[in-house]
Amino acid sequence: MIELKDVQKNFGSLEVLKGVSLMVQKGEVLSVIGGSGSGKSTMLMCINGLEPIQGGQILVNGTDVHARGTDLNKLRQRIGIVFQQWNAFPHLTVLENVMLAPRKVLGKSKREAEEIAVKQLTHVGLGEKLKVYPSKLSGGQQQRMAIARALAMSPDYMLFDEVTSALDPQLVGEVLDTLKMLSEEGMTMILVTHEIRFARDVSDRVAFFHQGLIHEIGKPEQVIGNPQKPETIEFLKSVL
Amino acid sequence: MLNYTFHWRPAFNALPDMLWGALVSLQIAVLSMVIGVVLAVFLALGRQSNNKFLYGFSTGWVELARNTPALFQIYMTYFGLGSFGIHLDSYVALLAGIAFNNAGYLAETFRGGLRAIPHTQTRAARSLGMTAPQAFRLIVLPQMFRIVFYPMTNQMVWALLMTSLGVTVGLNTDLTGVTQDLNVRTFRTFEFFAIAAVIYYLLAKLITLSSRLFAWRLFRY
Repeated sequence: MIELKDVQKNFGSLEVLKGVSLMVQKGEVLSVIGGSGSGKSTMLMCINGLEPIQGGQILVNGTDVHARGTDLNKLRQRIGIVFQQWNAFPHLTVLENVMLAPRKVLGKSKREAEEIAVKQLTHVGLGEKLKVYPSKLSGGQQQRMAIARALAMSPDYMLFDEVTSALDPQLVGEVLDTLKMLSEEGMTMILVTHEIRFARDVSDRVAFFHQGLIHEIGKPEQVIGNPQKPETIEFLKSVL
Repeated sequence: MLNYTFHWRPAFNALPDMLWGALVSLQIAVLSMVIGVVLAVFLALGRQSNNKFLYGFSTGWVELARNTPALFQIYMTYFGLGSFGIHLDSYVALLAGIAFNNAGYLAETFRGGLRAIPHTQTRAARSLGMTAPQAFRLIVLPQMFRIVFYPMTNQMVWALLMTSLGVTVGLNTDLTGVTQDLNVRTFRTFEFFAIAAVIYYLLAKLITLSSRLFAWRLFRY
């Protein structure tokens, strides 16, 4: 379970999160929607400790992420994250990209790591691209590789930070299909996304972010289908 | 007009000795690069450090290495350290001086290379549970070496040419040292140094070509 309690985060004098509380159960898919700069992506960075917080508490499997003495490297093995800029490691082949962390972080043997990597890459439809360098892949393929790379650590949770925003429109579909497949397999996911229709389709719940706060949260047919707050109505009108 | 008669035969007879000298020069250049590269990685990190001492130390090193003559730096490792009771032999003093110079120049090259790598690479590595040193060693460093590879080749050529300064601290086994010994024995100055120049030129070309081959083999991406 991921639990956020009144989380506050500033960049200098800029308040990005102004007291966010949230609970994500195992097996749940939560989509986070909202305008740019509303704090959605920052929240993901705080959940795996890539960004420090100034107030409140974040618990992952009961561990306080930002407590002194928390082993973040251990914790991050439980939380996979995929970024908008897919961040393939350009000097490693697709296979090596996915094998690296299982080998160096989990201490798997080369054979084991390769087995895991091949399985995950095949899973996301890149079984034919193992020996290729990322520069030879399309954006959509690189993004699916990044997903396989995160999955290879067998995380409990997957966080997706606008993973289709930097893609050409015709490549968005293949990445969304991969996300959908994961949700159907029961992966616990938080999706920060601008794909409202997709969010409505795959999510158990949707949260609407506005100016560092969650304004509405609930079932997709409720938040997207029948929004109550004027900010939500305004936002959905502008993007749909 | 020309009252100098060329005598190439003694010069060519001495060619084997000179080639052995060239090997010593190459050896010093290679070793000074290996040492220089390792030191430069730490200096480049020091230049980005928030720790005042590390920053000051590495900045001082870079400033001295880049803004004083290489000859002065080699004098310092030989005569300078000597006056503090640390007596290095000519070979070691020359090697230390060139390594000092290499490290200073390469540190700045490396710093530029590091800045060219997006911070998101480190972030992605850390998000997979890698420690900061792991992320640096496995993700950042290999990418940096590709970016700085050609400037490094230049430095290697420069290091080879700097070995000729060894003669000023009494080294007589490297190419310039051997040539100088032959010169004072025979006074065929032009012939000997012309041949030495050709050997230096060919060695420098060899370095450039082999580094190209190396890069082609190494950087497949």
